[in-house]
Amino acid sequence: MKNRTIDPKETSSQSQSGLAGTVAPANVEKRSLRTILRGDLGFLPVLFTLAVIAIFFYFTTDGIFLNSRNLSNLTQQIVTIGILSIAAVLVLLLGEIDLSLAAVAQASSAVTVVLSVYQSWNPWLAILAGLLTGAVIGVINGFFIAVLRVPSFIVTLAGSIGYAGMLLVVLGKQTTLIVRDETIRALSPNYLDPILGIGLPALAVIGYAVVVILEQQSRAKAGLKVKSPTQLALQLGGTAIAVALIVFLFQSYLGVPQSVLIWIALVVVAALILKRTPAGRHLYAVGGSGEAARRAGINVVLLKIVVFGVASTLAAFAGIMLASRTTAVATAVSPTLLLSAIAAAVIGGVSLFGGRGSVWAVVLGSLVIGSLDNGLDLLNQEQSVKNIVQGVVLLLAVTVDALVRRANASKGR
Amino acid sequence: MAESTISAGPGQSQSGSGVPRLQLKNISKTFGAVRALANVDFEVYPNEVVGLVGDNGAGKSTLIKTMSGAYVPDEGDIFIDGQKVTIASPQDSTRLGIETVYQDLALCDNLDVVANLWLGREAKQAIIPGVIGTLNETEMERLTLEVLRSLDVKIPSVRLPVATLSGGQRQSIAVAKTILRKPKVVLLDEPTAALGVAQTRQVLNLILRLKEQGLAVVVISHNLHDVFEVVDRVIVMRLGKRAGTFTIKNTTPERVVAAITGAEFGDAPA
Repeated sequence: MKNRTIDPKETSSQSQSGLAGTVAPANVEKRSLRTILRGDLGFLPVLFTLAVIAIFFYFTTDGIFLNSRNLSNLTQQIVTIGILSIAAVLVLLLGEIDLSLAAVAQASSAVTVVLSVYQSWNPWLAILAGLLTGAVIGVINGFFIAVLRVPSFIVTLAGSIGYAGMLLVVLGKQTTLIVRDETIRALSPNYLDPILGIGLPALAVIGYAVVVILEQQSRAKAGLKVKSPTQLALQLGGTAIAVALIVFLFQSYLGVPQSVLIWIALVVVAALILKRTPAGRHLYAVGGSGEAARRAGINVVLLKIVVFGVASTLAAFAGIMLASRTTAVATAVSPTLLLSAIAAAVIGGVSLFGGRGSVWAVVLGSLVIGSLDNGLDLLNQEQSVKNIVQGVVLLLAVTVDALVRRANASKGR
Repeated sequence: MAESTISAGPGQSQSGSGVPRLQLKNISKTFGAVRALANVDFEVYPNEVVGLVGDNGAGKSTLIKTMSGAYVPDEGDIFIDGQKVTIASPQDSTRLGIETVYQDLALCDNLDVVANLWLGREAKQAIIPGVIGTLNETEMERLTLEVLRSLDVKIPSVRLPVATLSGGQRQSIAVAKTILRKPKVVLLDEPTAALGVAQTRQVLNLILRLKEQGLAVVVISHNLHDVFEVVDRVIVMRLGKRAGTFTIKNTTPERVVAAITGAEFGDAPA
């Protein structure tokens, strides 16, 4: 039987193909491009949606929509949703959901502001206390969900109600409390010095390029398939150009907003942890099959508790950034904050069933939601119109994604 | 190899092929009122494939689970390479070099082949020694390709999600996963159960590869045709007891079926 012999000659390493019996390299590369386009990197539908929205508003607002001042405002407006959405993504990737994120955000930020205003705490300690509140809440969530096996939908729904109540307790008799501390007030609205505003992104891009090139070198040394110089140039060049454009856009107004940089930095850290560390890999594994992860020796219970803890801590941070931006905390929990955060993740391609999606989805999804809000505001539309449009766009984006997946599935990939 | 005899009681199989890689003596296991295993002996040697067959409820799965640590026997002893061992949990079993592939395969569909193979045992490179480590994808991919090559498993790309693979390829991946840990014994529970003809061929070849690498392989199967293709010895379970042992070369499917069902076969020796 021809399968029984292993030809030792086939094991010699060729730099283009490490597999005995694969198709010729050219076919494999072409197929992988098509695979990327159709596969789990479902960014194209979102990018397309974003492009359509941008073009539409550009023409209907006489170009105001795309000017640097408006874009600067737009990005700052979406920071809160953006950070909350990172938390949502972490939980969604697990295959769970956290409905208490908005309530935790506001309750934790209330703790921070109350400590700062009434107890005259040092602002950094107050912020730490707020983050700690989030962390503790998250661990409690995780305990009920992972150890006691109560469905996350119920636990976090109960939490959202309870923590909204906690917000009322913390704020006491007043419905709003103004943030007085300068440090906290300065977190959000600052614009970075050009040195930082240009230097930090440049550093990041250079770091990215170095890592990618080093990786390709070690792959070549190990005899694995490497990217062609063209692919590499496109990947690195494209990223550099995109970052440069964005920084240029910001610099032509008032500079890179501090809040936006903080948000993107969080996204980058989350992306690195999710894609490049064992812990991140385990997170995706649990989202794919909790049983398989358990059998592989992964401590699923601990992982879930940690993820919920981190998510709520991020939510607390989002709340603090919001308090900084609006210079106040209020008893009213925004009714759309939570759903916008989850919608941003889903629009960006994160699956509600777990295991699929990238944290960069947050950026794209938040931009879609923010653009709709911002653009419709520029057109002086009522809240009702905004809500309907956002609902339609959310439905369309998710439907397109679902259709793409179905098309892939029926073609057997 | 010695001649086989059709035996009706706890089997006497071939003699003197050395010390069994894995041996179970006098294993009993009861669940409430049900005697799942009653004084069962079992042995498998290196470079050998043993088929464990029997009707539903005969005790095959229970016996495998005793070897893999999912169940702890009420009575009896287990020996590896002649040394007595205790298997109280799946971790014990893995530590002793016994790897099991259950029917549900335990693969994560959303991860690619490399990720699945290394799940829980990822190769790392230290960024800050002792503090932060990232995944060493190059190393993992290289070793994955090596293992797949040594097992003659053909996968179009190790970077596609395993959900895109065929049933036979998924089964092969599940088996390859166990090889990475360099086990002594591999237990396969119904490996060809849901597979078509070509894919079954793939998996049977894989089993032969494992044998060639010196492993002791135990295969549970309902499919006697598959069994007769790859197995060296067949151990028949019936009603919780060992009902027969056959050397494949010297027997026929009819005799094995007779032992499975307990029918009389007549007096003709092998």
